[in-house]
Amino acid sequence: MIIAVPVDDQSAPNTVCVSFGRAPYFLIYDIASAANRMVHNSGASGQGGAGIKAAQTVVDGKVEAVLTPRCGENAAEVLRAAGIKMYKTSGDSINENIEAFKKGELQPLQDIHPGLHGQGE
Amino acid sequence: MKIAVLSGKGGTGKTLLSVNLAAVAGESTYIDCDVEEPNGHLFFKPDQIRSEPITIKIPVVDQQICDGCRVCVDFCKFNALAYIGDKLLIFEEVCHSCGGCVLFCPLRALSERDTVVGEIRRGYSDQVRVASGILNIGEASGIPIVKGLLRDIPAGTTFIDCPPGSACIVMESIKDADYCIFVAEPTLFGVHNLKMVYQLVRLFGKPHGVVLNKCLPGENPAEEFCRQQGIPILGKIPFDPELGTINSEALIAAREHKGWKQVFQELLQTVMGEVRRETASHS
Repeated sequence: MIIAVPVDDQSAPNTVCVSFGRAPYFLIYDIASAANRMVHNSGASGQGGAGIKAAQTVVDGKVEAVLTPRCGENAAEVLRAAGIKMYKTSGDSINENIEAFKKGELQPLQDIHPGLHGQGE
Repeated sequence: MKIAVLSGKGGTGKTLLSVNLAAVAGESTYIDCDVEEPNGHLFFKPDQIRSEPITIKIPVVDQQICDGCRVCVDFCKFNALAYIGDKLLIFEEVCHSCGGCVLFCPLRALSERDTVVGEIRRGYSDQVRVASGILNIGEASGIPIVKGLLRDIPAGTTFIDCPPGSACIVMESIKDADYCIFVAEPTLFGVHNLKMVYQLVRLFGKPHGVVLNKCLPGENPAEEFCRQQGIPILGKIPFDPELGTINSEALIAAREHKGWKQVFQELLQTVMGEVRRETASHS
């Protein structure tokens, strides 16, 4: 199973990013092979639609589950359309969250926020 | 002559000022660009209302023709399009109606349809032509409505009642104005809000002046700021319970009482003198 986690930085040590759409990078992790890679989120610096672009990036990475502290409604719509499940992270450690996910300890992400669209426009 | 009335926040007196100036200006036009909460019409109570829907163009896809080349997805700078599981998703509220996706689609799988986002109501109140923009609840941007309001304005004096703040919609409202009036409150918070619109209007290079509202005896930080910056002070409106009461009853003070009529007539004279002086020196 391939999972994605929004992360703050490309280099280690690294933490889970508080935002999904505006996360600068995604860690794409293959649980079966333990292979991982960083994908740049080109939507992060965009004027708008960051969540849509971010979700597209994740979908293109053949991801099956996303571990994130929060997610906006547009991103959630894209992820749902692709059949990707969302789980709520706990704390900002990437490794601990991946381990918790493997043990089935992470809860499905329920509260999809309405987005922060149009702010500053 | 188009005069825009603006402030950095709501409740400073933009509508009070623009409604009363238009009321004493005789034959004139009042335009309410505060399309998210238009209230100028509550004061003017215009009749002979004509309504005009405002539409924007939103792309629609024919999924049968679309082959997923993603030219449109990559083109859209607002990320309003996504291609997921052999389907193109279109996020209407993110779309800015630029039409680029339709233009670039190599298979012509995209076309445009009109979507109503609000309306413009035009009517008359004595000698004042009143136009109000109304954005439908849930719509993302009032800019198409402001564009409609400011298209084909009749000659003569026009007062543009702007939305609060200094965002895109305010820029759209003042873009073609000949003169800008700031309305400022006599507090530090008032100064902060005044600074926002002052910076914006300077960026646009528009001649401008300020009306100090809710003035009390004693210090007035907004007045001090204007003096420091050399912003012309066009007039002062006192903090007056009678004016507040008239206004809260949706009545136009200048039409209700001779005293207030005179206050706004004098203010109008100052404004028009300043507008003529500034526009002459800018042209």
